[in-house]
Amino acid sequence: MIPLTDIGQLAERYDLVVVGAGPAGLSAAARAAELGLTVLLADENPAPGGQIYRAVTTTPVKDRAILGEDYWRGADIVARFERSKAAYAPRCTVWALGPDEAEPEIFEIGLSLDGKARMIAASQVILATGAQERPFPIPGWTLPGVMTAGAAQIALKGAGIVPSGPTVIAGCGPLLYLLASQLAAAGADIVAVLDTTPKRNWSKALAAFPDFLRSPYLAKGLKLMAQTRRKLRFVSGVTGLAAKGEGMLASVTVERGGASETITCDTLLLHQGVIPGINLSSAAGCDHLFDAEQHCWVPRLDSWFASSVPGIAIAGDGAGIGGAESAALRGEIAAFDAARRLGRLSKPDRDQQAAPIRAELERRLRGRRFLDLLYKPALQFLAPKDETIVCRCEEVTAGQIRDTALRLGVTGPNQMKAFLRCGMGPCQGRLCGPTVVELISEVRGTSPAETGYYRLRPPVKPVTLTELAALPQTDASVKAVVR
Amino acid sequence: MFRPMRETANAAALNFTFDGRALKGRAGDTVAAALLANGITSCRETPVSGAPRAPYCLMGICFDCLVVIDGVGNRQGCLVPLTDGMAIETQHGRRHVEEVEA
Amino acid sequence: MIPNGNRNEGDVVVIGGGVVGGAIALGLARSGARVIVLDEGDVAFRASRGNFALVWVQSKGFGMPEYALWSRRSADDWHGLAAILREEAGFDVAHSQPGGFMLCLSENELNKRVEMMRRLHNSQPLTDFSYEVLDHAETKRRLPAIGKDVVGSLYSPLDGHVNSLKLFRALREATIRRGVDYRPEHPVESIVPREGGFAISGPWGEVRAGRVVLCAGLGNARLAPMVGLDAPVKPSKGQIIVTEKTEPFLHNPMVTVRQTDEGGVMIGDSQEDRGFDTIVGQPILSTMAERAVKMFPRLAGLNVVRTWSALRVMSPDGFPIYDQSETHPGAFVVTCHSGVTLAANHALTLAPAILAGELPDAVATFTARRFHVPAHA
Repeated sequence: MIPLTDIGQLAERYDLVVVGAGPAGLSAAARAAELGLTVLLADENPAPGGQIYRAVTTTPVKDRAILGEDYWRGADIVARFERSKAAYAPRCTVWALGPDEAEPEIFEIGLSLDGKARMIAASQVILATGAQERPFPIPGWTLPGVMTAGAAQIALKGAGIVPSGPTVIAGCGPLLYLLASQLAAAGADIVAVLDTTPKRNWSKALAAFPDFLRSPYLAKGLKLMAQTRRKLRFVSGVTGLAAKGEGMLASVTVERGGASETITCDTLLLHQGVIPGINLSSAAGCDHLFDAEQHCWVPRLDSWFASSVPGIAIAGDGAGIGGAESAALRGEIAAFDAARRLGRLSKPDRDQQAAPIRAELERRLRGRRFLDLLYKPALQFLAPKDETIVCRCEEVTAGQIRDTALRLGVTGPNQMKAFLRCGMGPCQGRLCGPTVVELISEVRGTSPAETGYYRLRPPVKPVTLTELAALPQTDASVKAVVR
Repeated sequence: MFRPMRETANAAALNFTFDGRALKGRAGDTVAAALLANGITSCRETPVSGAPRAPYCLMGICFDCLVVIDGVGNRQGCLVPLTDGMAIETQHGRRHVEEVEA
Repeated sequence: MIPNGNRNEGDVVVIGGGVVGGAIALGLARSGARVIVLDEGDVAFRASRGNFALVWVQSKGFGMPEYALWSRRSADDWHGLAAILREEAGFDVAHSQPGGFMLCLSENELNKRVEMMRRLHNSQPLTDFSYEVLDHAETKRRLPAIGKDVVGSLYSPLDGHVNSLKLFRALREATIRRGVDYRPEHPVESIVPREGGFAISGPWGEVRAGRVVLCAGLGNARLAPMVGLDAPVKPSKGQIIVTEKTEPFLHNPMVTVRQTDEGGVMIGDSQEDRGFDTIVGQPILSTMAERAVKMFPRLAGLNVVRTWSALRVMSPDGFPIYDQSETHPGAFVVTCHSGVTLAANHALTLAPAILAGELPDAVATFTARRFHVPAHA
């Protein structure tokens, strides 16, 4: 692996650029380099691992029991990447991806490192930017002291820090149990784990239960659940949540059907599953569709994870939620196909080499459907009460969105954005988009697929005017502007 | 508010300031983690309403961890590694840009 | 919403729910008409969502002085429109007329502009349009934040700006409060004359009205021939950069840089003929960014929070097309690429005239007949 610390060190062109150094990106880059492609792996974080294997090479948490053995597997994935000949640019954001104007069959990629931007070319691209927390808007969720479960994991893995006061964990999904057990092992004071899994989901998930029984998740999951429920206060059937406090979090109000309780706390960690991060793939022009079972937008992909834009593949949780081990396998499969597209691998060789990886992937994905159906959030946590802030950047509430959809005839998120500014902040809709779509769908009686999503454009990460101004201009661009 | 867990491996203590207060941080931490570890509850006020905010996602997508670092505003604290001598300040609302004599 | 009669019948059907359609519909409703507005859905070309929000007069009318007069009239009436919207929609659209600048980054640019303005205002009726040519020092006195590369500027006290998205929402709010029947997801497939007026239909069904006004932007090209009119408009692509919010420092609009009331700085603008593509291209962004930073060096470190591109609705000579049909009485077309500037005229002058059945003399030169070259030229 060739580490790059200056934007000037990047080559003008690579066979393959991989975006994101989580399990999918690391595996894709390693495999592609092993197959003889010139590869660049660009990642915005200072060290490899993405979110799930965050800081696996640098974590101050040395006691392996705290983070669990699954986490440490990431070290092997990083080690393989480090043995490869791929170039690696940490602290490097990728803010644009599109066809090269002069040579439309190759891609032009906008990157930024240390305050300097550069455009480079790639014949193939694999996006491995992974997933993000599904937004979990509840009244008071913008108060200091409220964070995502993922944030607490990042704080633990990256800095070895835990919440210092009484902490509540709330939401649904396997990560809830994992986090509770990690934080408890690290010495945090977890006063309650509040489970918002809707009771009626059990019957819906039943159809997928047989597969779950044959999956690797069953044993692991049951053990973790049992441990957590034994040691910590566990409250199930939660139907309402609100964070309260003046200027910072002081308590959480919990509703279970008719009953209500207030729990004093300093930190509230929210989690209701993860969803693919789609801003870069959307801005690059890839088609997306709404996956009804995962209840989120996913890119439209073929069996090699090729998107609707020839030459762009999407691997890992950014392709649809499958978990860390699946991510690594998908990255490999996408890398095989990239090599085939570049003529470095014949189709039969590609198929043959990928076959065992596909088989393993299928094994890993078994049981996910059960989790998807069981942990689909209840409607009140997808389309919250009127007083709830939905767009954190522009402070637009659910009530304003509902009112505008109902009275002003706004049928989609792009018009909603124009009228209310939701989605216009620096997060570019990552934290509000899904909720805006749910609210419009609720008011207008449409499905999220019918309602649509924000149209996204580069830059998908911040870049300064100075950086942009220093990039190459053309005679045509000057002519188009100076008139 | 956060604190280091008991079993953390020690690393060299870095000096930095937050709104002028002298604080210590761990080498390898991000600015956001260093602020949380020092019990800082809020790092910015929103431009729209002035409401206090603190880091929310720690992975670069929420933009609630915006702070002024060495005079440059609206920097995502969760993506910037802490360095010795850094001056960090609360991001009060809209970005302030200095008059530039060009 | 429509107080009497069949809900699929109105006095006027307006096709197009953007700022042009909205302003026309508001004017019609304020004059007592029962109005149905037919609009497309969430993803549509929507020039109303992609514009620079200028209420601009300076430099308009080259080749057709009537356009300069029409623009100035609208800029004057804009204060009245803003007050009406404050009253009827319940909020402020942040309109102001502080005077606008055209900043020049080279002597060549400045000379070209000065020459153009001189020729434009050389003859009646534009000799009383006030404007000033300023050198660097005087520009800097009025705009302290400009950089050393600004060699000079043209200033007109007639220019202003508005928050055009607030305008868009205010028009929608005001028209709906006035009982206008706004129907989204209602694309129009055909307009057919029927007794007493027109039947307008699409996959959603049909509505009827005595009059129909085409305000559908680029869609007018297809719709106009249905009512014996011509609207040869084509897309002209423009790209815009928007920065993060920053402390207010710029109250005057420039043609390519302005700070919104929200604090973000908008930077434009480009013009390309690329058909209907709305891809954002980096070289143009770089050219615009470089020029903006030269104009206002303090912009240098600001982060870009989004970019977008939109399609201006461009007639062959760039001037509006206002027409009423002779073969299909009661049908009108209203199209332009300055729907924000002209919103006041559309709501306060054009709409009442349409209701009365006759376009005013002030817009006589904007007929599409001006494009019809005689067979024996």
